[in-house]
Amino acid sequence: MTALTAARAPAEERRRARRARRHRRATRWSPYAFIAPFFLFFAAFGLFPLLYTGWASLHRVELTDPTHMEWAGLHNYSRLWDDEFFWNALRNTFTIGVISTVPQLLMALGLAHLLNYRLRGSMFFRVAILTPYATSVAAATLVFVLLFGRDYGMVNWALGLLGFDGIDWQNGTWTSQLAVSTIVIWRWTGYNALIYLAAMQAVPGDLYESAALDGASRRQQFRHVTIPSLRPTILFTVVVSTIGATQLFGEPLLFNGSAGATGGADHQYQTLGLYLYEQGWVNLHLGRASAIAWTMFLILLLIGAVNWLIGRRLRKSR
Amino acid sequence: MRTSSGRAAGSRRRTVALMAAAALGAGLLTGCADDGDDRAGTSSGAGGGSGRTTVTIGVFGVFGYKQAGLYDRYMRLHPDVRIEETSIERNENYYPQLLTHLGSGSGLADIQAVEVANINEVTTTQADKFIDLSKAKGVEKNSFIPWKWAQSTTKDGRTIGLGTDIGPMAICYRKDLFRRAGLPTDRKEVARLWAGDWQKYLDTGKRYMKRAPGGTAFVDSAAGVYNAAVSSSAQRYYDTDGTPVYQDSPAVREAWRIATAAAKGKLTARLQQFQKTWDQAYANGRFATVSCPPWMLGYIKEKAGAEAEDQWDVAAAPRPGNWGGSFLTVPRAGRHTDEAVKLAAWLTAPEQQATLFEKQGSFPSSRAAYELPQVADARHPYFGDAPIGALFSKAAEGVPTQVLGPKDSLIHQNITDVGLLQVDQQGKSPDEGWKAAVRSIDNALDR
Repeated sequence: MTALTAARAPAEERRRARRARRHRRATRWSPYAFIAPFFLFFAAFGLFPLLYTGWASLHRVELTDPTHMEWAGLHNYSRLWDDEFFWNALRNTFTIGVISTVPQLLMALGLAHLLNYRLRGSMFFRVAILTPYATSVAAATLVFVLLFGRDYGMVNWALGLLGFDGIDWQNGTWTSQLAVSTIVIWRWTGYNALIYLAAMQAVPGDLYESAALDGASRRQQFRHVTIPSLRPTILFTVVVSTIGATQLFGEPLLFNGSAGATGGADHQYQTLGLYLYEQGWVNLHLGRASAIAWTMFLILLLIGAVNWLIGRRLRKSR
Repeated sequence: MRTSSGRAAGSRRRTVALMAAAALGAGLLTGCADDGDDRAGTSSGAGGGSGRTTVTIGVFGVFGYKQAGLYDRYMRLHPDVRIEETSIERNENYYPQLLTHLGSGSGLADIQAVEVANINEVTTTQADKFIDLSKAKGVEKNSFIPWKWAQSTTKDGRTIGLGTDIGPMAICYRKDLFRRAGLPTDRKEVARLWAGDWQKYLDTGKRYMKRAPGGTAFVDSAAGVYNAAVSSSAQRYYDTDGTPVYQDSPAVREAWRIATAAAKGKLTARLQQFQKTWDQAYANGRFATVSCPPWMLGYIKEKAGAEAEDQWDVAAAPRPGNWGGSFLTVPRAGRHTDEAVKLAAWLTAPEQQATLFEKQGSFPSSRAAYELPQVADARHPYFGDAPIGALFSKAAEGVPTQVLGPKDSLIHQNITDVGLLQVDQQGKSPDEGWKAAVRSIDNALDR
């Protein structure tokens, strides 16, 4: 009996040790297995297209024969320098970005502030301001195209009631950009308001109490308590909105109705995203489109870096 | 076939991570998704039928074969064949995908439709990827209208696409507006007003505008006039060697002159075709004429509605041109090329084309179909019982054999959607508009 146990003991121990090793290995590696799907998908649908686009941007490639690549070096990039359509698109992206993002975030802040009060049916309002975000771009843009119509649009009809002449929204540079921005503002204000609201509710109540004790009015409380507490959130929404604005595509594409990616008769609301699409999928120049895509990426990196610097500055100054 | 209803999808991504490739990435993603659909369709079909061959056919918009019952009829005639159609609504999305599929040699349907705007590019750059259909059984070269056959034939005589429908143009006009403006309303007399010369069409427009009913214009858009005028000439954007010569082409110059004169003379309602505003103007009767191929008749009927019943009519154009139409091709990389050739030949045979015209209004590219009663005796009740079969057959015979080039549609689009739109809607001078169009075209052609 004892001899048997003695004989079995080393084997048992080995087994136990093996099991323990396996367990250690499992606990050590299983987290990687759990997150692997994301990285595999990211590699396939994020990283690979990114790198492939970079590779294609150094070539002359046409969509009519995508496997035939002719080395072009940095030509696709250097030619952007003289490409009036690229600069036009960059300018449009910037102006549409500013006139859509700035009012959007200011309005979101105001809305969040209002929703932060004790309101009857606050849940209803919170859901209501998020509905534009849940609407598809296509549906929203179609409605806005009708609203901003030249002959039968509701906006012009309202202007007419006020005694103004109708405006040809689509054909003016500023008017068309304003119209496109309106769609963006309409869709994203509620989303940002909810983010602000969440951040506002995390502000400790005693800050407001002590401010009130010191005799601060509601407005002063907003300026000196709410805004400073929201700084990181505001920075976050600015970064995200800027990225969104740089990639603006669906709204200006569909604002042009069936006429495609030209961005209007004079390309007056053609954004970088639209120009990229036009080069790649209408003009079929994949290499040039890839170069625009990478330039957009570099612009975003630049914006990201600036934001990071500002963020660091803000943190230090606190 | 031209897809008319405008609907496209776009999305706005809000992810902080590396998203510069978003637009390209999204394109690739949708490409993959569609591959999946195609293959799923094929495999389920192959699994479902015991020993049956599933022939897939990829089209854009509505080709109407299914609606006209032609697939069902073919499957009854050939019990061992199943047909599955996949459709992408807009050719702008369909064509790039077809090109990527041709490039990779996978994801192709057995039959792929090609729009006339792209047929030359496919014929000149991709011909080796398609089966030559000219010698296929059941294909009669002589039954097709010659200019249609020529469009899909390579220099060395291989025909890679069989013509489906065509779009010979006439002029649709409103009798009530013509009457109030003091113009004749009978379709023969109306045709005589401008027979043979687009300048006469312009002159009629000036006459119309002198006594025009309030708030109406003679024609919908300058681009529409340009399209009709330039399509009625044999040589447009390319010379016979395949060099783009659009800047010096007399036909382009003349059509540009006519169209900008219409815009500057305020004959146009300053609209853009296939936009919502265009539809609204139909509903409100804002313009008196529009150049119309047969496929547009249904569109006019739908948009102008019951109120304009018996107001519209059709008269012959000054000179007939062609707008729209498609081809069926059989890629070599397809799975059932033999069956596909048989089906394509059958679908484009005179009888089936006549049926498609009767049921769906797609005008046959098969000359032999014009003699069949479904076409020869066809009248359109909405357009005052106009003899559309005879009228459009005559127009089809008069369409010149055009010299096409691979980037025809790109050049054309930039002239109409950039140049002419600037003149018509933004009030720029014809000279400014032309220069803007040329800059856009040169950028697009990469010159």
